[in-house]
Amino acid sequence: MLELSGIDAGYGAFQALFGISMRVDAGEAVAVIGSNGAGKTTLMRVISGLLAPRAGRMTMEGTDLIATPAHKIIETGIAHVPEGRRLFPRLTVEDNLRMGAFIPAARVMYSERLDYVYTLFPRLKERRKQLAGTMSGGEQQMCAIARTLMSGPKLVLLDEPSMGLAPVIVSQVFDLVKRIRSEGYTVLIVEQNVSQVLKVVDRAYLLEVGRMKTSGPAAQLAASDEIRKAYMGL
Amino acid sequence: MVDLVLGLFSRLDCSPDIYFLEAIINGLLLAGLLALLALGLNLIFGVIDVVWICYAEVVMVGMYGINFAYKGGAPFLLAAVFGILVTALAGVLLHFLVIRPVLETPPINQLLVTGGVLFLMQAAATMAFGVEFKNVGIRLGSANVAEMSFSYARILAFLVALGGMLALWQFLKRTYVGTAIRAISQDRQIMPLMGVDSRRLYLVTSAIGGGLAGLAATLMVLQYDIYPQIGLQFGPLIFMICVLGGLGNMVGGFIAAFIISQFIAVGSSCFHTEWGYAVAFLFFMVAIFIRPQGLFGGKS
Repeated sequence: MLELSGIDAGYGAFQALFGISMRVDAGEAVAVIGSNGAGKTTLMRVISGLLAPRAGRMTMEGTDLIATPAHKIIETGIAHVPEGRRLFPRLTVEDNLRMGAFIPAARVMYSERLDYVYTLFPRLKERRKQLAGTMSGGEQQMCAIARTLMSGPKLVLLDEPSMGLAPVIVSQVFDLVKRIRSEGYTVLIVEQNVSQVLKVVDRAYLLEVGRMKTSGPAAQLAASDEIRKAYMGL
Repeated sequence: MVDLVLGLFSRLDCSPDIYFLEAIINGLLLAGLLALLALGLNLIFGVIDVVWICYAEVVMVGMYGINFAYKGGAPFLLAAVFGILVTALAGVLLHFLVIRPVLETPPINQLLVTGGVLFLMQAAATMAFGVEFKNVGIRLGSANVAEMSFSYARILAFLVALGGMLALWQFLKRTYVGTAIRAISQDRQIMPLMGVDSRRLYLVTSAIGGGLAGLAATLMVLQYDIYPQIGLQFGPLIFMICVLGGLGNMVGGFIAAFIISQFIAVGSSCFHTEWGYAVAFLFFMVAIFIRPQGLFGGKS
């Protein structure tokens, strides 16, 4: 579904990613793990077009993403839940969801998808008239995920969904991830919370200072001594 | 000096009589037009984050456009539509030619280029139309209630301005593009993730902002003469209202328009006409000392 090869990217004189190659197949849940500053968020920004890579190739179901303008990437079926959720704080929950359905192909499906996300997350229906910025962190994460589902994506990018949330909420957020997986979405998730995320994905890549260090099935990585020591504090 | 001060106060007449009531109502009627003008400027600032210093000059272009079409034989409504289209186009051109190249530069550059356009437009209007005052020559007369007199042009301006603002509010509330216009000032960077092309949204907003200036021009040609410097009469007032309401805050600008127009109308009635403006600006300065972010600070 999604394929990257030899991606270099950075900001000004600083290079954040070196020759990244990876793939996500339809129906999979894949994680990119790594410590703070490893380049995980940069990788997500490159995939969704917010940052243009300096070198490399990137395709989504055969469509060249590098030649696609940033605002057209969502039309290829990639929807991105950004780091820190980034809801529109002074718009209502429902207006945030409407923004998720901005592209023409999604507008015609608006009412069906709104019913769908309200069934998936009844809490959002209760809060639909509330300003998004006044909700709790967990509810905001729910709203941010629902907003991406409004575009009818094939692949959902989740950037640090557990960031800044209380420990009890973090497990709820990983439940959300499991739920959108079971709804049939392909998921690419970037997380610092390595032990939790490896429980919900099939495969994972380990990113270290801008380079892909290793990759493999989640269970295998979770059992690796190196990863247990460096990222899971065991 | 003493005579001057005494002379000033001898004119002070704020007794709550019928003329005072007339002033308050006239202030209210003026507020509709000022609120409409402020709305256009606030809309553009809220979305694009640039102040069109030359906003009142876009209104001036609209007034000349309407006068041109009306004198050319078009019925007034058609001339008004023509004026609105001209200013909408002027808005798009202004954005495309002047704003877009300086979008990523410091605000002072943006102020200076739109300020440059202000003088350019004034000079161009002087060369094209001359310095003399022009008038579409439509007299709507006035309504006389008790001993008070209200011009129909002002009443019409108030109602149409209110209608225009209501229509814009519905557009912002109910459409996808309108929702994006409300969203973009809250998080500019993630707009591409929603599939929004910010550059296109800026052009649409510039067209709407320009069109609102054209609507205001339609209402103004019924009340005022047209001359190249008319922007200087209204421009500072519009900025003051926008800043008082909190720049970019459309609701704040609406309320500020009603406050400022009361100062102008009641101040003019109690003192001299010129003092009305002076009192309004004095109030503005004091208000900004106390609340630098505007009365309703921050963006709505």
